[in-house]
Amino acid sequence: MALMDLANPTRFLALAERVLPWLAGLSAATLAVGFYLAFRAPADYQQGETVRIMYIHVPFAWLAMFGYSLLALSSLGILVWRHPLADVAHKALAPIGAIFAFLCLFTGSLWGRPMWGTYWVWDARLTSMLVLLLLYLGLLALRSAIEDPNQAGRAAAVLTLVGFVNVPIVKFSVDWWNTLHQPASVFRMGGPTIHSSLLWPLLVCAVGFTLLMTTLHFAAMRNEILRRRLRALEARAAAEAAYV
Amino acid sequence: MIDAMLGEHGGFILACYGVSLGVLGAMGAWTVLDGRRLRRHLAQMEARGVRRRSARAGDVRESTPENVA
Repeated sequence: MALMDLANPTRFLALAERVLPWLAGLSAATLAVGFYLAFRAPADYQQGETVRIMYIHVPFAWLAMFGYSLLALSSLGILVWRHPLADVAHKALAPIGAIFAFLCLFTGSLWGRPMWGTYWVWDARLTSMLVLLLLYLGLLALRSAIEDPNQAGRAAAVLTLVGFVNVPIVKFSVDWWNTLHQPASVFRMGGPTIHSSLLWPLLVCAVGFTLLMTTLHFAAMRNEILRRRLRALEARAAAEAAYV
Repeated sequence: MIDAMLGEHGGFILACYGVSLGVLGAMGAWTVLDGRRLRRHLAQMEARGVRRRSARAGDVRESTPENVA
């Protein structure tokens, strides 16, 4: 089966039904192993036990940015190819990305209090991540504010592409400005600076949360396709009732 | 006990994991319940004889770029 064949909503539904139980099980198992490794890993020599927050905070940050990048790709699918599944993917992913961005800020804030002595500073990394959360929330608000689904999808796609400029700002904010937030320690030129005893649990947790995000996204896409079918059936039933 | 296991900032660590798992778990549960509700409504519509045109024709490639439904 060609990859493009899966871009048919009916085929996607069939695929999602088969794959979702496996994806959910795999993400739960990977996260269980990741959390086990996270709590077995040694404490950091400076941060002590609070370094355990890193194993969820960092994957949330990565996935909030990754999710927005996927939204930008979906937006191209909406605006350039006008593919219906791109709109479904976009609409389903926005609330999930918003949750990950919120959890990144929440866990970062609780990590900052014992380490920095404050829950919040208007530092470039924190502020740009807050802007990312606001962009996600703006997308949700925009879709719910426009009644015509096609128009709402196109408007959300345009806003997504405009807002995508913020993603590299989040990533490189720690290099471009003096920030209280530490610089990158995993994805950087010259390799990770983090010790392998902390790095491996982090990577396993990141894989687990990525699988979880994929699971939630597939399930939300399936629901969105069903919701559109239900809406079409209701419209047809109403039209037939009016005709009779 | 938390202090003995996770140090003096154990409450922060537990709050992070607890809220994160709670929020993600709630989202997962809502997604499952939403899916069940939609399936139930679709089944009710089909029981009333309202069906998609493609379902009548039995064609899997019914979707056009203009209409997912």
